[in-house]
Amino acid sequence: MIKIEKRNDVPMALYFFTPFIAIILTILGGGIIFYILGFNPIEALKFYFITPISNLYGLSELLLKATPLCLIAIGLSFCFKSNNWNIGAEGQLTFGAIVGGGVALLFYNQEGFYILPLVILAGAIGGMFFALIPAILKTYFNTNEILVSLMLVYVSKLLLDYLVVGPWSNPEGFNFPETRQFSDSSRMPLLFEGLRIHAGIFLALGAVMLSWFILYKTYLGFQIKVSGLSLKTAKYAGFKGKTMILVVFMISGACAGLAGVGEITGPIGQLHRMISPDYGFTAIIVAFLGRLNPFGIIFASLVVALTYLGAETAQIFLQIPKYTGQVFQGMILFFLLASDYLLFFKVKILNLKKNELRH
Amino acid sequence: MLHKKNLKGKFKMYKNFFRYLISAIFLLGFSVNSNADFKVGFVYVGPTGDHGWTFQHHEGRNAVEAAGIKTTFVESVPEGADAERVIRQLAQSGHDLIFTTSFGYMDPTNKVAKDFPNVKFEHATGYKREHSNVSTYSARFYEGRTLLGHIAGKMTKTNTIGYIASFPIPEVIRGINAMTLAAQKVNPNIKTKIVWVFTWYDPGKEAEAAQALIDQGADVIMQHTDSTAPVQTAEKAGVWSFGQASDMQRFAPKSILTSIIDDWAPYYVERAIAARDGTWNQQDTWHGLKEGMVAMGPYNSAMGADLVKEVEQLQKDLASGKVHSFTGPIYDQKGNILVAEGKVADDGMLAGMSVYVKGVEGDIPK
Repeated sequence: MIKIEKRNDVPMALYFFTPFIAIILTILGGGIIFYILGFNPIEALKFYFITPISNLYGLSELLLKATPLCLIAIGLSFCFKSNNWNIGAEGQLTFGAIVGGGVALLFYNQEGFYILPLVILAGAIGGMFFALIPAILKTYFNTNEILVSLMLVYVSKLLLDYLVVGPWSNPEGFNFPETRQFSDSSRMPLLFEGLRIHAGIFLALGAVMLSWFILYKTYLGFQIKVSGLSLKTAKYAGFKGKTMILVVFMISGACAGLAGVGEITGPIGQLHRMISPDYGFTAIIVAFLGRLNPFGIIFASLVVALTYLGAETAQIFLQIPKYTGQVFQGMILFFLLASDYLLFFKVKILNLKKNELRH
Repeated sequence: MLHKKNLKGKFKMYKNFFRYLISAIFLLGFSVNSNADFKVGFVYVGPTGDHGWTFQHHEGRNAVEAAGIKTTFVESVPEGADAERVIRQLAQSGHDLIFTTSFGYMDPTNKVAKDFPNVKFEHATGYKREHSNVSTYSARFYEGRTLLGHIAGKMTKTNTIGYIASFPIPEVIRGINAMTLAAQKVNPNIKTKIVWVFTWYDPGKEAEAAQALIDQGADVIMQHTDSTAPVQTAEKAGVWSFGQASDMQRFAPKSILTSIIDDWAPYYVERAIAARDGTWNQQDTWHGLKEGMVAMGPYNSAMGADLVKEVEQLQKDLASGKVHSFTGPIYDQKGNILVAEGKVADDGMLAGMSVYVKGVEGDIPK
């Protein structure tokens, strides 16, 4: 018979170490999968994890990919730390991109230093507003924020579809589902000539610093953490639960909105239907892999970004199906949750005699 | 003693482990291959198993491979920020010719082409050729639609043809118009009903659209989307349908009258050989039934021998140029003349087509 017991003292060091175990297990698991598929596992893993970042361009692409993941995950960490399950970051990203993109389109034929800040601000406000919907419904109508935020993803995606096909489509674009190109003043400045990494990375780094400050140095951060540990304690301590829910959702939405605006003003340069390959959902993995810790999230976003790039290189060089990227992301989460389980719980195998069982 | 021995063994184990580790790292760092062989890369928008658009491009790639040329493909590449990286990686990793097989790759293709003047690029269905190493190519699918229209006009009992449309771009509108004109020729009472699904590939939405059209009285269904869902829905409902992009007969053997097949293979082989032999030059290719880029699947015997004969003759005439899909007089929905009697629409007009012809119901979404 198997008995599961909660462990009383979980060492902090081990808590931050398990994500590494999860990554190592994922790499080993990946090697086994490659071996079963008939590839040389070492060679496959090399193409997966080393080739993509073996030159400057690759490193720039890694940072480019990690930027939205990091931003969204930082926002999500506020929600998750306080037991608010915002699953709709993808929708907040999309809505932020819609609002920011709308402002950029207003200025499509103008140049000026003030345009980009306006666009970025609009994106953050858009994301914030969209995250407020599940937050308000949760605080005042007791709805389930998981369902509401998730369903709003489809609302925002359909709205984007409608806009790029209809009212916002490029008048000279033969009805193709895309808007005009933004003017140069609405584009994120590139950091290096010839590379795609853009100033949006500073938004992500800024968010990391700010979130560290809020979470660990302010009263609000303290409230968030206490509510995450025990809602009853938080109530007993007299924290205003409703305000806090609204605030964490707003922070989370603003971050996702910034990620969306970073994508459209960065590498994309216009609005169309494919502005995000589900960054909002992948960022959930990033947030947990980073232990909801701002610096952990930087690291986790780089690891997960690499699984995207690796999947492409592995297909180019070895014709390994590109969907292995998703398998890797799934494995990371699986191993992380599994090792967490073993970290927090003891599994005991008990030897029981027959009569004891009958009893 | 025993203890010491164990330690020694352990140390040896570690030593071996590190030796393997170091050699592995060494291998990882230095085994970048420098293969000077000629290679062709393909970028697909969907999975190779979509049985429609990407499936057919993949068949084309298989033909290139069969011609003895090395190829690489990357499937399901979103038309967003990722496309540029994938195309660039193909160019960087020694591919000499790269086919980017979806409209959304137009800007990324041209961007990468600028940085790799020695690599040739072929972009499907686009119109931008900003650098001398970029060609574009597409097929005159509308010729196939003319045949579909002829068959549909003859087969319908309700005089209603259902059309599942993706995006209101000239390509799609051209297909709707070509089909409607051909159907009107054999059956003046024909009506074309359209459902816009705003997607190229979404089996769920496509099936719903097919059902909605059937519910509105359409007894012939056709689609300008990539999945097999519409033909399967038609099969279930017992109405006629047509395969799109590839021969979809096996998915709806009773319902499918024929399929429009995109046959990229001859073009891909020709261009790959040209690039390998140094005779590749910039082109804007628009091939149809004549060159075989558009082909028809087997005709369903339910059409009857007479109709099959008629359609086969029309197919020959379209291929030879004796008949043109857009021969005047052609009127728009309001009755204004678009193409005068005895004239045919030129390629410029076809490429920018953005109004429905008379007989199509509804408005083009704006």
